[in-house]
Amino acid sequence: MYRLRLVRNHVPGYGHTGVQKRRGGHRMNTGRMPDRILAKGNEALAYGAVDAGLKCYFGYPITPQNEIPEMLSALLPECGGSFVQAESEVGAVNMLIGAGACGVPAMVSSSSCGISLMQEGISYMAGSHIPGVIVNMARGGPGLGDLGPSQGDYFQAVKGGGHGDHRNLVLAPATAQECYDFMFKALTLAFVYRNPVMILGDAVVAQLKEPVRRVPPAGADTPEYLESLVRDQRIEGYGARGKAAAPRLLKSVYLAEGELAGRNRLLQKKYAEMRGEALFECEDVDDADLVVIAFGSIGRIARSAIRRLPGTGRKVGLFRPITLYPFPEEALRKLAPSRRFLVVEQNIGQMVEDVRLAVNGASPVYWHGVMPGLFIGADELVEPILRALG
Amino acid sequence: MPGYQDVIMAGFGGQGVMLIGNLLAQAGMEQGFNVTFIPVYGAEMRGGTANCTVVLDNLPIGSPLVREPLSTIVLNEPSLAKFQPRLCKNGAQIVNASLIAEDLVDTAIRTVYIPANDMAHKLGNVKLANMVALGAWLRATEALPLQAVQDALRRVVSARHAGLIPVNAAALEAGYDFA
Repeated sequence: MYRLRLVRNHVPGYGHTGVQKRRGGHRMNTGRMPDRILAKGNEALAYGAVDAGLKCYFGYPITPQNEIPEMLSALLPECGGSFVQAESEVGAVNMLIGAGACGVPAMVSSSSCGISLMQEGISYMAGSHIPGVIVNMARGGPGLGDLGPSQGDYFQAVKGGGHGDHRNLVLAPATAQECYDFMFKALTLAFVYRNPVMILGDAVVAQLKEPVRRVPPAGADTPEYLESLVRDQRIEGYGARGKAAAPRLLKSVYLAEGELAGRNRLLQKKYAEMRGEALFECEDVDDADLVVIAFGSIGRIARSAIRRLPGTGRKVGLFRPITLYPFPEEALRKLAPSRRFLVVEQNIGQMVEDVRLAVNGASPVYWHGVMPGLFIGADELVEPILRALG
Repeated sequence: MPGYQDVIMAGFGGQGVMLIGNLLAQAGMEQGFNVTFIPVYGAEMRGGTANCTVVLDNLPIGSPLVREPLSTIVLNEPSLAKFQPRLCKNGAQIVNASLIAEDLVDTAIRTVYIPANDMAHKLGNVKLANMVALGAWLRATEALPLQAVQDALRRVVSARHAGLIPVNAAALEAGYDFA
């Protein structure tokens, strides 16, 4: 059974200032800030993975995430970990199940069509309470699509993706620094909740190079803390935890009458607890007439568009969900009564549904879609924002 | 030095636009700017045109992509056709005179028409045309000091090719002096 290691202080409306401070957190870096390195989102994510305590990587090459396995194939063995190029994405996700079941901090990475192949395994992980991190640097779809950016995998990431009623915790980085920082958070969350955690990026955040500081984010958990979480998950044989310890069976099949119902109730209880992990970033929303809601790379492009709006005397803020599941719906509800919303996303309309559910008719929710695969600049969002301002 | 600057660099695959994009981003970072570098790949990698976008800013950078750039460096004709019409009003472009016919250049645009390949050839290696063009861009935009970019070569050029750093620095300077 999954067990929460500790009860966490959930602060409603908690904005993103790094990872929440908990026992075993890194000390704040009080010395000279280390030099920034210029790294792609993919490269930063690989650095974050090994610095956070990753021990295994499994994957199969696909653009635009290839720098992740490329980097980890060198970094992981240096850190005493294992890198395996799997025979396919199906092989990779089943290796992740094995590693997670044995209490090893592990990850896979792929892009859209490769992630689709992994969905059966992700559903099994969810059903069996098996921890693991899945990185999706999405590309345009459906089908084989193209190599451009896309947010078309939003539904797949946040609504489960595999069969059955299951949920992944989903983090959406917008910068190379967040790619680094979120690996710490992802690995901890995976073991705290014994659940698959997905990092959902796209070709822009994966391929863009930015300055990155390779230091654990403020309040991040140490590899030692992760190890303490991992110890409880690790299978060490019968009786390893004392005489009374029961054998632990990790499985997702429950055939006896009513047994699966109990399993699903337990999963729903876990998902309700995960809702406290919601994270978001706000900019100028307090006295805004219009709040633009956008995640990942579109979130940062929207920020540039807001900066270059012609002066109309009307105020526009930005709300960027950082966790896509749990969706920061409570924070949105609080903003709703006196503001209108514009959802901008690079798909045919997915997150807008979660926004409308959260707002529940309390204020107008407009939508602007950017077609998957396009590389857009901030100028292209100015007109839709002005239109929503009315 | 301006607070915000962006540039799209474009040419044939192999002309080294990714290298000068990386170099500019590295130098900008070392000068304390926030920077982004993003390559646009695709079928373009296979012999067509390749391009990348670099943004420098004092503020945290929102969009790493730019539809209407403040400046461009275009090393071949297809890139001129693609990016000259998109250049921002009052923008500046560095155009490779060795490969691009002068009558294609829009005279209303502030342009440095520089024979980058010929100048590179005189320096001993035609592959230095990218550095010549970046040097001209540095002078035209005054975005970063020449010296800062020359210093950054050490971090961008792999140890295996460290011997080529002086001639690359010289190519940057030649372009700078031309513009």
